Amino acid sequence: MEETYAIEVEHISKHFKIFLDKGHEIKDYVTSSRRRKYENREVLKDISFKVKKGEAIGLIGHNGCGKSTTLKLLTKIMYPDSGTITMRGRVSSLIELGAGFHPDMSGRENIYINASIFGLTKKEIDRRLDDIIAFSELEEFIDNPVRTYSSGMYMRLAFAVAINVDADILLIDEILAVGDVNFQSKCFNRLREIKAEGTTIVIVSHSLGQIEQICERSIWIHEGVIKAEGRPRDIHPEYLDFMGGRRQEHALKEKERREAKKAAEEKAEIADNNIFNANSSSLEEQNHVMAGNQDDEKENDVAEANVNELAENSISDKDAADNSDEPEKKANLKRWGNGHARIQRVRMLDTAGNEQSVFKTGANVSIQIEYSVNQKVEDAVFGIGIFRSDGLQCYGTNTRIDKIDRFNLDKGGITTVRLDKLNLISGEYTLDVAIECDQGVPIDYYREAYRFEVFSNIGDVGVARVDHEWTL
Amino acid sequence: MTKISEIYHYRTMIASLIKRDLRGRYKGSVLGFAWTFLNPLLQLLVYTMVFSTIMRAGIEDYYLFLFVALIPWIFFSASLTGGSSCIWAQKEMVKKIYFPREVLPIAHVTCQLVNMLLSFIIVFAALLVSGKGVKLSILWYLIPVILVEYVLAIGIAFITSSLTVYFRDLEHILGIVAMAWQFLTPVMYSVDMVPESVMPIFLVNPMTPIITAYRDVLYYQQAPQLTTLGHALLLGIVFLLFGWFLFGRLERHFAEEL
Repeated sequence: MEETYAIEVEHISKHFKIFLDKGHEIKDYVTSSRRRKYENREVLKDISFKVKKGEAIGLIGHNGCGKSTTLKLLTKIMYPDSGTITMRGRVSSLIELGAGFHPDMSGRENIYINASIFGLTKKEIDRRLDDIIAFSELEEFIDNPVRTYSSGMYMRLAFAVAINVDADILLIDEILAVGDVNFQSKCFNRLREIKAEGTTIVIVSHSLGQIEQICERSIWIHEGVIKAEGRPRDIHPEYLDFMGGRRQEHALKEKERREAKKAAEEKAEIADNNIFNANSSSLEEQNHVMAGNQDDEKENDVAEANVNELAENSISDKDAADNSDEPEKKANLKRWGNGHARIQRVRMLDTAGNEQSVFKTGANVSIQIEYSVNQKVEDAVFGIGIFRSDGLQCYGTNTRIDKIDRFNLDKGGITTVRLDKLNLISGEYTLDVAIECDQGVPIDYYREAYRFEVFSNIGDVGVARVDHEWTL
Repeated sequence: MTKISEIYHYRTMIASLIKRDLRGRYKGSVLGFAWTFLNPLLQLLVYTMVFSTIMRAGIEDYYLFLFVALIPWIFFSASLTGGSSCIWAQKEMVKKIYFPREVLPIAHVTCQLVNMLLSFIIVFAALLVSGKGVKLSILWYLIPVILVEYVLAIGIAFITSSLTVYFRDLEHILGIVAMAWQFLTPVMYSVDMVPESVMPIFLVNPMTPIITAYRDVLYYQQAPQLTTLGHALLLGIVFLLFGWFLFGRLERHFAEEL
C-alpha cells in the first residue's frame, strides 16, 4: 500500500534565523558575541501530507506562508529541522528557469548546459534535443548566441528545456506565466500531457485558475500550518473569502492609523493657534475655543483644509502626501464647479453603517455624500460614477436620470445612495461624486472622491457580474 | 556511496560547466580561445626576458626551471582561491535548483586541471625549442604526479568552498595564504636552497614533493622520488576525506546562508 504514494511528508518543521543586524563582520562577533539579535522564525510547523502517484496538488497561501519553503524542502535544496520527507522516483523542479545560461553561447549549447544541471546525461539530452528546440519555436535562432534573444525567446527556451526533463515527480513554482498567451497555453497543455503520463505534480501558484485546471487537490498553508485541504473548488472560495477579509481588516487598520495621525496633527495645529489667539484664557476656555474653531471650519470653509481632509480620508497615503505639499494645484485637478455647494465628505458604508474600502462582489453598499451649501442651489442633481483603475467607466447615474423629484439645496446635509448589490467583479475602483444644477452646470464635481476595492471568490471576468443561473 | 553514484550521474553537468567556463571566459575577445595558449606563452616570454637579462639566477635555463613548476602551481593556487568562491558565485543556482553541491568544486578544479594541461602544450613546445627536449621514457611519471595534485586540490576546494559560504572573508584571506604558500613551496628556487631551520615546513607541505616531481620529470628529466610523492598522496587523501565530510555537513544549510 505504502508505495502508492509518490511523496510522503511527515511532521516537518523548519525555522530560519532572521538576523536583525546583518553583520558577518568580525567586529560584530567581537563587540556583541552573544548578543547578536535574531528572530527565530518558524516557517513550517509540523506539516504532514501525502501525494499519491500521478496526483497533482496545488499549494496555496499568501506570501510568506511557507509554501515555497515546502517546495524547497521537497527538492532537497533545504532540509527540515525535524520530520521526514520521502520522495519516490526521479524529481525534477521547475523553480528556476534558465539556470546556468551563458549569454555568449548559442541556444543549442545552452540547452546542454541547462539540461545537464537538471541532471540529464549527454545521451538523454541528445535524445530530447529536437523536442526541446521544436517546443521553444526557436528553430532558426537556435545557433545564435542567447544574448541576442528577446526576453520572451529566452524564457521560451528555458521553459522548453525544463518541461522536457521527464521525471516521476515534477515540482513547479510560479513559472507558468511565460511568453505570450499562445505559448502559455502550449505550456499548459504540455503540463496536462505530462500529468496524463502519470507524473506526480506539485504546483505553487497564486493563479488559482491554473491550479483548478490541473490539480485534484489544494493544500492551503497559512502561517506554517495546513489550514485546509481538499478539492480546489471547495478550498479556493474559502481561501478567497479569507484573503478578502484580511484586506478589509488591513484597510480598516490603515484608515485608523491615518485618522489618528490626522487628529494628532489637528490638535497640535489648533493648540498652536490657541496659544496665539487666546493666550490668557483658562484651559477649559481654550478647549471651548478649539471646539468652536472646528465647527466653524466644518460649516463654512470651502478651502484647502477640507479638501485635504477629504483626500486623506479616501485616497491612498501617497496622494494624501502630495496633497499636503501642493493642496491647491492638486485639488483643482481633482474637482471643479462654481462652488455654490461643496461636497465635504464621501464615504462608502457597509450594511452595519461602518465605513469600508474593500467590499465583496454583491455586497450591499451605501454611498454617503456630506455637503455644505454656500448659496442656494435650485434644481440640484447629485451624481455618482464608478471607474475601474484603468479608467473604464463601469457605471454612472444621477438623480435626474433616475427621475427623482426636483429639489433645491439651501443648507448642508447628507445624501445617501444605496447599492443593493455591488455587482462589480474583483478589482480596484474609484468613485466620482458630483453636484450639478439641472442645466448641467457643475457646482462641485469631485473626481476620485473615494477609492475602493472589490474582491470575489468567483473567477468570472468582464466588468460586472450579470445575474444568471444555469440550467443543465 | 549513493552520493558518489549521484555525482557520477551528474557528470554531464560537470562537463558542461567546464566547457562553459573554458569557452565562455574568452568569448567576445578578438583572439578567443587562443588566449588559453597565449596567456602562458606570453608569461614565458616575460620570465625569459627578466631572468636571462635582468636577474641572473645562476641556474641553467632558469626560465624553464621556473616555468615547469609555475604552471602546476597556478593550477593548485587557482583551485585554492577560485575554489573558495565557486559556490558563492553560483548562489542563485544553489538556492533554486537541486543538484549534488559537490559538482561545483569538482567542476572548478577540473577546469583548472584542463587549463594546466592546455598550458603544458606550451611547456613542451618551450622544452623542444630550447633544445632540452622531452624524454618520453619518463614522461609517463607525469600522470601519477598530476593525479596526486588533483586529489589534493579537490580536497582543499571542498574545504574552502564550503567554509566560504559561512565566512566570506575566507576568500580574501586565502589570497594571502596562496601567496605565502607559494614562497613556502620550491617554485622559484630549488629545495636544496632552503635553510635547515625552515626545512620542516617544506617537508610537511604536500606541494613540495609535487612541484619537485614536476621539475624532476620535465626539467631534470629524471624519475621523481616516489616515496615523497607517496607522502603527498597520503596527505592529499586525508584532505579529500576531511573535505568530503566537512562539505557534506555544511552543504545542508547552503541555501539558507547564501
